[in-house]
Amino acid sequence: MSGSLDPGFQRNRRGSTCVATFSSYEADLLRSLAGQLIELLRNEAAVPSHQDPLEAMLDFSGPTQEPDDPVLARLFPSAYTDDEEAAGDFRRYTESGLRDGKAAAAGRLIDALEDGGLGDEPEQGVFVDVELDQPSAISWMRTLTDMRLAIATRLEVEEGDDAYWASLPDDDPRGRVHDIYQWLGFLQETLVEAAS
Amino acid sequence: MSTSPVELDQPEVDELVATATPWVTIVWNDPVNLMSYVTFVFTSYFGYTKNKAEKLMLEVHHDGRSVVSTGSREEMERDVQAMHEYGLWATLQKADQ
Repeated sequence: MSGSLDPGFQRNRRGSTCVATFSSYEADLLRSLAGQLIELLRNEAAVPSHQDPLEAMLDFSGPTQEPDDPVLARLFPSAYTDDEEAAGDFRRYTESGLRDGKAAAAGRLIDALEDGGLGDEPEQGVFVDVELDQPSAISWMRTLTDMRLAIATRLEVEEGDDAYWASLPDDDPRGRVHDIYQWLGFLQETLVEAAS
Repeated sequence: MSTSPVELDQPEVDELVATATPWVTIVWNDPVNLMSYVTFVFTSYFGYTKNKAEKLMLEVHHDGRSVVSTGSREEMERDVQAMHEYGLWATLQKADQ
């Protein structure tokens, strides 16, 4: 995945943007992960569903309980550790907006890949060029973070467990997912460096 | 700047205590977020110097948590919301807790 020749993101020569070239398989993987993130963010309804569309539009209340899905619970943690009522109020006023913001950022990542030449299906020999200004770079960092948080929560990644993942046999699917997780971390690291 | 009125209403004691006690935003350690990214967030969102951002990041990393900003409850709710936008695990509480 992240071969030693893969430079990830770099600051371009003019110095104002971050650039990367992905194989179309890598770009397709990023698109797929961003698509899953969007689906997850919209899956477990953040606002109660209504029959009446007018009523739905007028309802500005959001959820007050922590999401059931552990990934969503990590993406939207409680803001107060010891005050359930305040935590519920905070969640009601922020979670819907946070979900929309994260889904929109993931959508922009997909757009950038498709604008960069990613077609419907990945093809051998096709490369995808991405060039990000500073706001786009920050938007990508956030989406890469959300993807990594989602995968790490599913895999139950813990501090200092690299040896465990390295010990898994090659055909263990969790090991492959962990490889993707590490590749996303590599991309993130190079993007942060290029944007700093 | 306005000039002082001749007579000031005396605020209630509770009000005084409430405004005197600031709130803090705490960022907690997690096994996922990269040290470089956490530092980047502290510099770009809070406008901290690289040195200060790195010091706070290392506190999060080694101590499990760090107070990253101080202010009114409303300001801290804004900061916590921003940290959640960045994918950092943040909470707020009164400074004296």
